Amino acid sequence: MSEYIHDKKVKELEVMANKIRQSVIEMLVEAGSGHTAGSLGMADIFTAFYFHILNHDPKNPDWPDRDRLILSNGHICPVRYAAMAHAGYFPVEELKTLRKFGSRLQGHPERSALPGVETTSGPLGSGLGQAAGIAYGARMDGKKFRVYCAMSDGEHETGNLWESAMFAGKNKLHNLTGIIDRNNIQINGFTEDVMPLEPLRAKYEAFNWHVIDVDGHNIEEFVDAIEETKAIFEKPTVIIAHTIPGKGIPEIEFDYDWHGKPPKPEEGEKFLRELRTLGGKIKSEHE
Amino acid sequence: MNINKDAFLIEDLSKAEKAPTRDGYGKGLVDLGEKDERVVVLCADLAESTRSHWFKEKFPDRYIEIGVAEQNLAAIASGLANYGKIPFISSYAVFSPGRNNEQIRTTISLSILPVKIAGAHAGVSVGPDGATHQALEDIALMRVQPNMTVVVPCDAIETRKATIAISDCCAGPAYLRFGREKSPIFTTEKTPFQIGKAIVLREGNDATIVGCGMLLYNALVAAEELSKEGIEVAVINSHTVKPLDVETILNSVKKTKAVVSVEEHQIAGGLGSAVAEALSQNFPAPQEFIGIRDRFGKSGETDELIEAFGMGSKSIKEAVKKVIKRKSK
Ligand SMILES: Cc1ncc(C[n+]2csc(CCOP(=O)(O)OP(=O)(O)O)c2C)c(N)n1
Ligand SMILES: [Mg+2]
Repeated sequence: MSEYIHDKKVKELEVMANKIRQSVIEMLVEAGSGHTAGSLGMADIFTAFYFHILNHDPKNPDWPDRDRLILSNGHICPVRYAAMAHAGYFPVEELKTLRKFGSRLQGHPERSALPGVETTSGPLGSGLGQAAGIAYGARMDGKKFRVYCAMSDGEHETGNLWESAMFAGKNKLHNLTGIIDRNNIQINGFTEDVMPLEPLRAKYEAFNWHVIDVDGHNIEEFVDAIEETKAIFEKPTVIIAHTIPGKGIPEIEFDYDWHGKPPKPEEGEKFLRELRTLGGKIKSEHE
Repeated sequence: MNINKDAFLIEDLSKAEKAPTRDGYGKGLVDLGEKDERVVVLCADLAESTRSHWFKEKFPDRYIEIGVAEQNLAAIASGLANYGKIPFISSYAVFSPGRNNEQIRTTISLSILPVKIAGAHAGVSVGPDGATHQALEDIALMRVQPNMTVVVPCDAIETRKATIAISDCCAGPAYLRFGREKSPIFTTEKTPFQIGKAIVLREGNDATIVGCGMLLYNALVAAEELSKEGIEVAVINSHTVKPLDVETILNSVKKTKAVVSVEEHQIAGGLGSAVAEALSQNFPAPQEFIGIRDRFGKSGETDELIEAFGMGSKSIKEAVKKVIKRKSK
């Protein structure tokens, strides 16, 4: 149940976000494949969702009145799985099964494989439509829960995402909030080189959305933005979260080569040490 | 040994080197770039994994970046072909021809334009990425579009030849399918390749295996092992699924009177279906199908998945024995 947030809570969430980043690194090393940059970049926001914003019950993932968090850019599922495990949806140990045969943690998330993931995704650009469909249906029935849709910036190159944006704008889906991981990278390079997205704010405004820009690593600012969305009744809101791909591991930050590869075991050890010591600022309890 | 000498396969299957078929596509594109000015390559944010970046590095002015927009990928290519270029469009098969199927249908197939669609990462052999990224229906999608040629090469060398051949041969559209993982290279530069002409890899009188793609390696291994048990199986590389080389298949099946189709694709609508359609009209014969049985793929390692979905050489051997039992006495 979300509320305006206190300093102490922010500190707790920051510690949790660091733990989640460590889990992401461990999972990707163990899997030997997967997407590092986006998963690390969205760790603060997924922590804020699972440990502060969402009205949810990890022990009852199908509770009909839960807030819905839709992940459209399914390739960053490691961060979602890690946040879910730490929040109590399933044992943290299970994170090690990511991408393996027989696992519930499929390489791209599947609705029928793991309770709580809400939708199947990976193919980009289809999350917002599904989120808008849920929001529309919920409003028909007078339901009060909120629908959040996490998207990447790269997927804003797909046409169907904008078809969904047009639908949500037309229908004034104020119970729907989009969150964009605006990290400026995709596979072939920087978004503005591959296919420019700017002015992104103006595009959404033209589609009748309310737009808020935030620092995606400032949990307090993000939570405040989520509170603001609840006071906007005539439009859906999109939060453009400016993030750093690979956030937390300085040597990989901003590097699009890290979009879709995992750390090698030695790199993983090093990255974990950096996270545990906050880049050498503190002593790790593991040392 | 019943290996057909004219197929010029490698001598010892167990010593096959490995490379992903998509490498053959990348090399074929570079060859084409050198010999035909009209060839352009379009890609939807997957330049490296489709190997289109090899063309991009050599011919940057003829590489066109579309971004994550496969429907637009098809439509822009249609426009370029309409004007007079020969566009190759590269993505993963789940997105192209998956997501952009209708754009391909109307703006490419119905329009009879020479757009060459390259679908990478087909089959469960994609591995850990899971079901969302494992195309298992793309052959069916492409096979049912009039004017479309469909080619599924079996290794990196054949993929290179196929890439060049689909540019040269067809004035119309073509679909070329390939995989992600490294797979055995068992053909050689000398192995013949012609669109629409199946290759008899191995002769035999007890049953005919008709396959396409990298699973043909498993089929050859199965045939070799069966031969030791006294069962002689013909193996046909039907790299062109459409137009199907009915004549070559019929010639063999008239002798063997039993067929096993082998493909890394849904059984419904793929190569096996094409073979069954041809046989039922010309020479009905019992058929067993190696392929995916109406399921989605899942995460796992390539070999693990090939086994789990019943497409390893052991499953192929069992299918051969089963179909032989079904022959009418
Ligand atoms: C429809 C579709 N086309 C292509 C892909 C392949 N793909 C996976 S991630 C990706 C890059 C998209 O950029 P973004 O989501 O911003 O990546 P990130 O910031 O996480 O590195 C692409 C093209 C896909 N998943 N879906
Ligand atoms: Mg991005």
